Amino acid sequence: METSPARPDAERSGSPAAAGDGRGSVELQGVTKKFGTFTAVDDIDLEIGDGEFFTMLGPSGCGKTTTLRMIAGFEQPTQGEVLIDGQDVAGLPAYKRPTNTVFQNYALFPHMTLEENVAFGLKRKKVPKDEIKRRVADELERVGLSGEATRKPAQLSGGQQQRVALARALVNLPKVLLLDEPLGALDLKLRKGLQVELKKIQEEVGITFVYVTHDQEEALTMSDRIAIMNKGRIEQCAGPEEVYEKPATTFVAGFIGVSNLLPARVISGSEVAIEDGPTVSTPDAAGFTTGEELFAVVRPEKLEVSTPGQAPGDRPGIEGVVESSLFLGTATQLGVTVADGSKLTVLVPNASEEERQRLPGGGARVYLSWEPEHMHLVTESPGEDGTENFQPMQTQDQGDQTK
Amino acid sequence: MTTLRRRLVPYGLLGPGLLWLVLFFVVPMVFMGWFSLSSGSLESGWSWTWAFSNYTDAISEYSTQFGRSFLYAGAATILCLLLGYPLAYAIAFKGGRWRNLMLFAVIAPFFTTYLIRTIAWKTILADDSPVVEVLKFLQLVPQDGRVLATSAAVIAGLTYNFLPFMVLPLYASLERLDLRLLEASKDLYASARLTFLKVTLPLTAPGIVAGVLLTFIPAVGDYVNATFLGGTNQSMIGNVIQAQYLVINDYATAAALSFSLMIIIMIAVVLYIRFAGSEALMGDEEEAK
Repeated sequence: METSPARPDAERSGSPAAAGDGRGSVELQGVTKKFGTFTAVDDIDLEIGDGEFFTMLGPSGCGKTTTLRMIAGFEQPTQGEVLIDGQDVAGLPAYKRPTNTVFQNYALFPHMTLEENVAFGLKRKKVPKDEIKRRVADELERVGLSGEATRKPAQLSGGQQQRVALARALVNLPKVLLLDEPLGALDLKLRKGLQVELKKIQEEVGITFVYVTHDQEEALTMSDRIAIMNKGRIEQCAGPEEVYEKPATTFVAGFIGVSNLLPARVISGSEVAIEDGPTVSTPDAAGFTTGEELFAVVRPEKLEVSTPGQAPGDRPGIEGVVESSLFLGTATQLGVTVADGSKLTVLVPNASEEERQRLPGGGARVYLSWEPEHMHLVTESPGEDGTENFQPMQTQDQGDQTK
Repeated sequence: MTTLRRRLVPYGLLGPGLLWLVLFFVVPMVFMGWFSLSSGSLESGWSWTWAFSNYTDAISEYSTQFGRSFLYAGAATILCLLLGYPLAYAIAFKGGRWRNLMLFAVIAPFFTTYLIRTIAWKTILADDSPVVEVLKFLQLVPQDGRVLATSAAVIAGLTYNFLPFMVLPLYASLERLDLRLLEASKDLYASARLTFLKVTLPLTAPGIVAGVLLTFIPAVGDYVNATFLGGTNQSMIGNVIQAQYLVINDYATAAALSFSLMIIIMIAVVLYIRFAGSEALMGDEEEAK
């Protein structure tokens, strides 16, 4: 899982100083950042491969932006080392680092035209005039703003400003491009379009992207790998599929989409007992010690609804009462309360009108079952409670914290 | 009915202020204009004679004082800018929770009248004052030299008195500056010095323009500093006008001098704003052109 994808060909038209020679790897070793008594980033280790689209995902205040700012050079770590391209950059100010940043609110220079904005970095690097002109024109063309070159940022829409910010950073061919919630201020439709575009551009230029966001969907769509952060720590660092299918902790499970967490106990190397529910055999159990309290995760779309007593016999399942039913367009979302009082969410795809009619309404007793392979075991996050969409289950014993 | 009333509202709001200005600005100006082209004396009365010679005579006779006024005011404005910019910068960015207290300190002198403060400077710069003793000890002033009644004393007084007028607009524009732009500049390989020259300075140019105007215009016409801190060789055009009006009672010359001063200042300001509003001051990126 630590493999980064092969770096696409970095050759670009009209850029002799192309990033081809740059190895844009980033390494954080035991990095801690404290602001007074507050620990924003707590002993983080990270390795970001050259040419990788790497995302740091987490709720606000989890330390993702601070981590990005330490790579950019706007903050110095309290402890630990930051290496870019194998070089320790400690004490190196931002303007001497081979990185460029796309800021959250773009931070375009309001007194300069688009051209001047994009040319700013190249001028400081004393690139010859003809070359600046050519590269700026190329970059503006890439982001589709050639016609607006002489306008000021205030005359552009949010989406256009975002493109200028990207062009202003990319034109310098940094070893690493840092993006701090670059799409955060845009509306949903524009965001979707730019996500695809950003990913395309990244593959085209082959520059390492370190992307910060709190939007899990954005992270899943674009990233090669995702680091999910909570309270200054990395809870899991893996590819999008793995993060989604095999979350490591309750926090990750809760943050990446809606998850159903069932308290459970490991009873052998291959079996777990779900509280007030069945005993399920799963290879996942091998990774834990017998007797360990943890949670079983089943994604809402992996739960199947049936009438109690008519359930397909060999699948594990749990009985509950339907509390709510919400039509979402492509699916119907059921809220089900199970025996121990925890609420589960079930997503039923809307195949047809007829099928929807058959769904149980409020108050109906249902049997929720799942394939054992769709159940995954997670440990409780060190930073207990997670995000808004994650409600920790009622457990009598929260004493044994894992990790 | 309602639309008519709504249309009248702006005039109602403008009315009182407009009336005030007409009464206390336009009317005296008309009188002054009349005086400036009249001849006569306080005893014999004044009559309108199209006496344009009032202007030519006044300007040629007092050209030294005109020149001195612009020189002193210019020097004081530059000093105010050099002192005020770092001060405003420090308050805006390094002030932290002391910010409001520091701003208060800047305007605190206004709680004492202008006259008293200037007279206090006279004591401070007097020949036997400790300040002058120290300056002499440091060899900044010759042993037999004096500080009072020199150009330096007048410029120092003007600088002191008008510094808040420079600091406040500068502070307002610095405080509004988006600090992320400075980070963006540093991210794009600009050192602290280049960031200041390419981003901070151009973006605070409106504050500089406002501060310069607020300092320079009243400083040119000032006569208090020259009266108390200067000698006969330091008198400014304000002193001449004051003497013409109140001592010599030559209203025609005084009015002609006032109008001339006003017109010269207006020309200077228009030229300055045209220059300041041009790309040259607003952070032209085409530096090599």
